[in-house]
Amino acid sequence: MLELLWLIPALPFAGFLILALFGSRLSRQSAAVIGVGSVGLSAILTLGIAIRFISSPPADHAFSQMLWQWISVDAFQPAITLYLDALSLVFIFVITFVGFFIHLYSSLFMYEEEGYSRFFAYMNLFVGSMLTLVLGNNLLLLYLGWEGVGLCSYLLIGFWYKDSENGYAARKAFVVTRVGDTAMAIGLFLLFTSFGTLDIQKLLQQAPQEWTINSTQAVLAAALLLGGAVGKSAQLPLQTWLPDAMAGPTPVSALIHAATMVTAGVYLIARTHVLFTLAPAVQTAVAVVGALTLLMAGFTALTQRDIKRVLAYSTISQIGYMFLGLGVGAWSAAVFHFMTHAFFKALLFLGAGVIIFVLHHEHDMFKMGGLRKKLPVTFWTFLIGSASLAALPLITAGFYSKDMILWYTFAGEQGNDWLWAAGLAGAFITSIYTFRMVFVTFYGEAQAEITHKPGMQLKVPLIVLAVFSLIAGFIELPHTLGHLTLFSHFMHSALPPTEVLHESVSLELLLQVIAAIAVLLGIYIAYHIFIRNRSIANNLTASGPGALLHRFWYSGWGFDKVYDTLFVNPLVWFAKINRNDFIDLIYTGIAGTSREFHRQLTRTQTGRLRWYATGIVIGAIITITVVVYL
Amino acid sequence: MILIWLIAILMIGGILAWISQSWHKNAPRWIALIAAGVDFVLVAVIWLQNLSKVDLTGQSQWLFEVNYQWIPQWGISFFLAMDGLSLLMALLTTFLGLLSVVVSWTEIKERVGFFHFNLLWILAGIMGVFTALDLFLFYFFWEVMLVPMYFLIGIWGHENRIYAAYKFFIFTQASGLLMLLSILGLYVIHGQNTGNYTFNYFHLLGTDISLFTAAWLMLGFLIAFIVKLPAVPFHNWLPDAHTEAPTAGSVILAGLLLKTGAYGLLRFVIPLFPDISELFTPAAMMLGVLGILYGAKLAYAQIDLKRLVAYTSVSHMGFVILAVFSLNELALQGAVMQMICHGISTGALFILVGAMHERIHTRNIEDMGGMWETVPRMGGVGMLFAMASLGLPGLGNFVAEFLILVGAYQVSIFWTVLATVGLIAATVYSLRIVQRVFHGEKIKDWKIPDFNVREMVVMGSMIAVIVWLGLFPQSVLNTAKHTLNSLQQRKVIEQTAWQTDSQTLNQNTSENKTIIK
Repeated sequence: MLELLWLIPALPFAGFLILALFGSRLSRQSAAVIGVGSVGLSAILTLGIAIRFISSPPADHAFSQMLWQWISVDAFQPAITLYLDALSLVFIFVITFVGFFIHLYSSLFMYEEEGYSRFFAYMNLFVGSMLTLVLGNNLLLLYLGWEGVGLCSYLLIGFWYKDSENGYAARKAFVVTRVGDTAMAIGLFLLFTSFGTLDIQKLLQQAPQEWTINSTQAVLAAALLLGGAVGKSAQLPLQTWLPDAMAGPTPVSALIHAATMVTAGVYLIARTHVLFTLAPAVQTAVAVVGALTLLMAGFTALTQRDIKRVLAYSTISQIGYMFLGLGVGAWSAAVFHFMTHAFFKALLFLGAGVIIFVLHHEHDMFKMGGLRKKLPVTFWTFLIGSASLAALPLITAGFYSKDMILWYTFAGEQGNDWLWAAGLAGAFITSIYTFRMVFVTFYGEAQAEITHKPGMQLKVPLIVLAVFSLIAGFIELPHTLGHLTLFSHFMHSALPPTEVLHESVSLELLLQVIAAIAVLLGIYIAYHIFIRNRSIANNLTASGPGALLHRFWYSGWGFDKVYDTLFVNPLVWFAKINRNDFIDLIYTGIAGTSREFHRQLTRTQTGRLRWYATGIVIGAIITITVVVYL
Repeated sequence: MILIWLIAILMIGGILAWISQSWHKNAPRWIALIAAGVDFVLVAVIWLQNLSKVDLTGQSQWLFEVNYQWIPQWGISFFLAMDGLSLLMALLTTFLGLLSVVVSWTEIKERVGFFHFNLLWILAGIMGVFTALDLFLFYFFWEVMLVPMYFLIGIWGHENRIYAAYKFFIFTQASGLLMLLSILGLYVIHGQNTGNYTFNYFHLLGTDISLFTAAWLMLGFLIAFIVKLPAVPFHNWLPDAHTEAPTAGSVILAGLLLKTGAYGLLRFVIPLFPDISELFTPAAMMLGVLGILYGAKLAYAQIDLKRLVAYTSVSHMGFVILAVFSLNELALQGAVMQMICHGISTGALFILVGAMHERIHTRNIEDMGGMWETVPRMGGVGMLFAMASLGLPGLGNFVAEFLILVGAYQVSIFWTVLATVGLIAATVYSLRIVQRVFHGEKIKDWKIPDFNVREMVVMGSMIAVIVWLGLFPQSVLNTAKHTLNSLQQRKVIEQTAWQTDSQTLNQNTSENKTIIK
């Protein structure tokens, strides 16, 4: 069974090839069958492999499969080798399953669009690249997947290419993430130069032997990888591309910009966790970046009107939680939150997609309203997703994963009260903006008419993901609630457990109660403002510092403006000033000077004999003088 | 013997094509196609036969050679030889040569015979450059490829062709003359040292030259090659020549002529002057990075699509200088890969621009936009090669640039980091191509045909090659390995000698110091 591993990425790639080569000649039905089917087959295969992997784990809890030697120059020997362990298994499970349901959803959602087969070609290419990213056994193959998903993200954000604003958003995403990727590439040079290999497992073995903790090399390597991670995962300071990326079709936002690609940074850090352990300063930076990002994005989400932008900022914020978890060494908790987040955030995006679909591309929440009765399935599933995002205690998956991160942030060896407080504040804000979204969209007066009903292909994925958003949390329960450790136990074959300083059930309970109160309070505030008395919100943002703050948050803390002023505009200006290349002036100058000499000398050729005779005489005198006196 | 045939087929084909113009208007095209095709098949067969052989260490680096006396009084011989590096370059030459004939099929309408004569003679000259091992013969072929190219630009080029042709000719000719001086200097010094006056590459290799003289001689070669490459600030002929040349001319210029510069660095500058090259390394790396960044900046600023692509060449060839002077196996393999992949990817972009120009009669990107819907095949191809140009993994250019950067990192972290920043710049200008031409609002209601079968065959084969190079580069790397290894070995030998020298020098100075005390 495990030998079939290569088929998991190969099937979507094959789907891409067929669609890219023959897409224009295929009917919509066959394009959908190929596009959805290839990912579906991968998902089934993943299930089989997962069962086999868990029931009878291979030696060392890892399985590798070499397909071919990619490059072999000197010591540089990266191969196309797939590596399956607990960490990559969780990732390929989420990618293929969530991916499959999003593909299924798209088959109806995109049906009316031009470029239907092109859409599925890009989506399949994305899934294949993402699987390569998480299955690659060396950093170069990982980098291949990493850039591949970046390309697909670019292609899909700009899917509706006729609008040049979409093109701008797509290029922004590509260029900003490429800034991070470049840092990562330099990290790869450094790692290869130090260890003579890019094989991840070998690196993780050799690094602790050859590098001491906090050595310059280790700090640099970890910092450069972090650079790549913040770019891809839209964390501070490279988060600016993700909100604009919402220009793409909604299934794309669900798959790429919520569930999978943006968590690649989390995967990278978890995968190379040993390097971060060797550089505690950088690991702390990971936690701080996470904490700041989750707060910043949370406040921004409070003010957005576009439902997809709310979800985009909430994605940035939730990945902030994952970074926070990674930064305090809660590796398994971060991966756990990645998994539950993939379910509920994909669900929310797909739910938002349905609303946008039935309201004719309306994105503004304040023009929706009253959809609760008209779209019951969407409402209930969206509510479940929102509850999970807000970490509603006990019944939602989001509660268990977020609680696990918060617990380790407080009690873990690398934990810190301030980071915990940031996480708690974030949870409070999350519940406000999430339920603001729910109340504004589904309650109150109806602002727009529904034109058509969502079909089965839209509803089935919503229901399945809603179920997962509830039950996925039960595989890992805290000490206070049954103490089940299926997930973290499974992960420990790939990621080290987190050391806890004060193991105390009563403390854990206290923290959980505090967090629960924060969440419930947030929901109540949202209820109070957006259902009972809308004027509060209007008054708050109408004038004075409230309005100023609102504008500041609404613009995403002014990052775009700062980057435009500091980098984009000066560089564009610099490119434009010297369009014709001043160096050319040197050569035209030389040419001009010679032509001038030529012109002057031509003037001596007058054709008059006496001028020539004078010239000869003068020349003769000079020559004689020189000969005589020298 | 096969080496002579490779060149002779092209030359004879060229003459026949010229004559045949009067027989039938398509005759020159078919003759050129057959000549280039036969040459391509021959080289491909040689490569396939030697695929297992070339990477064997211990065997001679040289696969074939022919050596005839030419002007024995002056020690000039007709000496051709082929090793892995030459073989790869010959493969690239014949492949792009063949495609150039195909893409000119409808573009060239006037003086078809003379056009194909020039085209084939340029290819013959390039083939000679890649195989000649007599320095006089090398210079001869260097000129053979220059003159027909001058005609190609000057006769079949676009609006500003005469200016561009002159500029091309003067830059290349002036720098070529410096090389001739250096060749003669080397010839005389070697003759004086040994009494054996010869232009034979192998005899000249170990010439004992004082450091000062060697520096001057190297500069002659170096300038000729980096003008051709081109390196900033000697790149100014390139945008004009590339932009004004007909499509086939641009493909050959970018794909092959630039590579003769890189080849010259690898074949002559480094082996003939290892010590000086070593000293020159920091300056060369700076030149490389300057080219990468400055070329990218200029590319971004252009509104003439062809000029934009031309400037990307300056940027990409900067990587080659960086690599050649890093002089370790990784970087050198990267340089060879870059020569091949840049030839394919930039060649493809020039063909695309040429096809676009044929259809809408402008190269100004401000008159394009929103063309994807009308010409999806062109869009797809353009997208793929824009990705190649920005170094997307999975395509050959990534392998090349990554190897170069990893290799260069071991020599200079500073310059490598700056060169890596070039990758961001490449992203910016490559995406600009896609955006301005294919995406965005339709400027007007385009009524143009998409790529036809002939053009898709050309593009399809280039896509296949660039993807194959990205995923299975090993057969190319193996072919070049032997040549590049011997380059490094020579460096190691020279280096040890150099170190012993400097040690004795140090001892002497310390002795001197004691005396002074």
